[in-house]
Amino acid sequence: MVKPIATLRSATGVPTGRLAVWWVIASEIVIFGGLLGAYLLHRLGHPEWATYASHTNTWAGAFNTLVLLSSSLSAVLAHNAAEKGNGARAANLLLVTCVGALTFLVVKGFEWTHEIQEGFTITANGFWSFYYCAAGLHGLHVIAGAIIMLFVAADARKNQELQRVELIGIYWHFVDLVWIFLFPLLYIAK
Amino acid sequence: MSSHTESHGAHSPNEAPHATHEDAHYIKIWAILVALLVVSVTGPMLEIRVVTLLTAFGIAVVKAFLVAKHFMHLDTEKKFVVQLLVVCLGLVFLFFMATSPDIMKHFGMNWVNESAKNANIPEKIVHHGGVEGAAEHAEGAAEHAEGAAAPAEGAPAHPAGEAH
Repeated sequence: MVKPIATLRSATGVPTGRLAVWWVIASEIVIFGGLLGAYLLHRLGHPEWATYASHTNTWAGAFNTLVLLSSSLSAVLAHNAAEKGNGARAANLLLVTCVGALTFLVVKGFEWTHEIQEGFTITANGFWSFYYCAAGLHGLHVIAGAIIMLFVAADARKNQELQRVELIGIYWHFVDLVWIFLFPLLYIAK
Repeated sequence: MSSHTESHGAHSPNEAPHATHEDAHYIKIWAILVALLVVSVTGPMLEIRVVTLLTAFGIAVVKAFLVAKHFMHLDTEKKFVVQLLVVCLGLVFLFFMATSPDIMKHFGMNWVNESAKNANIPEKIVHHGGVEGAAEHAEGAAEHAEGAAAPAEGAPAHPAGEAH
């Protein structure tokens, strides 16, 4: 089977596949940076948003932070295993990362259900619009990452395309990074 | 030949070498991150503004640095990759610096953002008994009082007693 040129070429000193992931992350920085920047400015301009923020569940947010940090650990351990050519271990660790993603989404689901039942919907006010938009966009990235990871894990188990373990890992760490900033902004600053 | 060997073997000689660490190194970094998480959650419980800013946002920056350096291996990545990311971050920062007056100020010379003004001023009057933290609105005090009569954006969901 002919391999795609992105897998084999390294014109810049960085494998083209990995370079592509860095470009994706560069564009994601603009997307999430824009969203968080807009939130921050509105938050500073609207002190009353602290009142709305007091209704977010800090413990749920902290637990989800722990889950994402732990899933980042399993992702980097999967990368380490792939570097050593141990595809089966890399695949297993990627599946552990997927479990982390699922846990994160389930907690988020419970959290949102409770908040919506309390009347804090996306149209309630500016704070809740940002809350659902930022956390929702981040959640979509978690879902996308988990789905891609399942495909990468399936190949890794057969010791194929092990370089992709690192690529999905870099993406996953970025998703973790975004949450590291979302957590204090949405859950702690009250 | 496995795909692993193929992919890594195909790297050019000038490719950035990636540091290889033992699992224990990553577990140590994770433990530090968890410890920082605990501090970032417990720090704001003291309800001291400076401590909250340092523990919540200062630690977030430290955590982000640790993840970028040790998990994403940015320390051993080619310099231009780091520069690419920093330039994107810098552009976002510049953009927001330029537009921040429009968002953060609710009135200026010959313009008033009525909806933003009405959204936050009444809330402060109701919950804090004054225009706390709104020194920049001093010149619009009369308008504030007028706005206080109007319901704040989203206010019905939160009784006044819930203010923090």
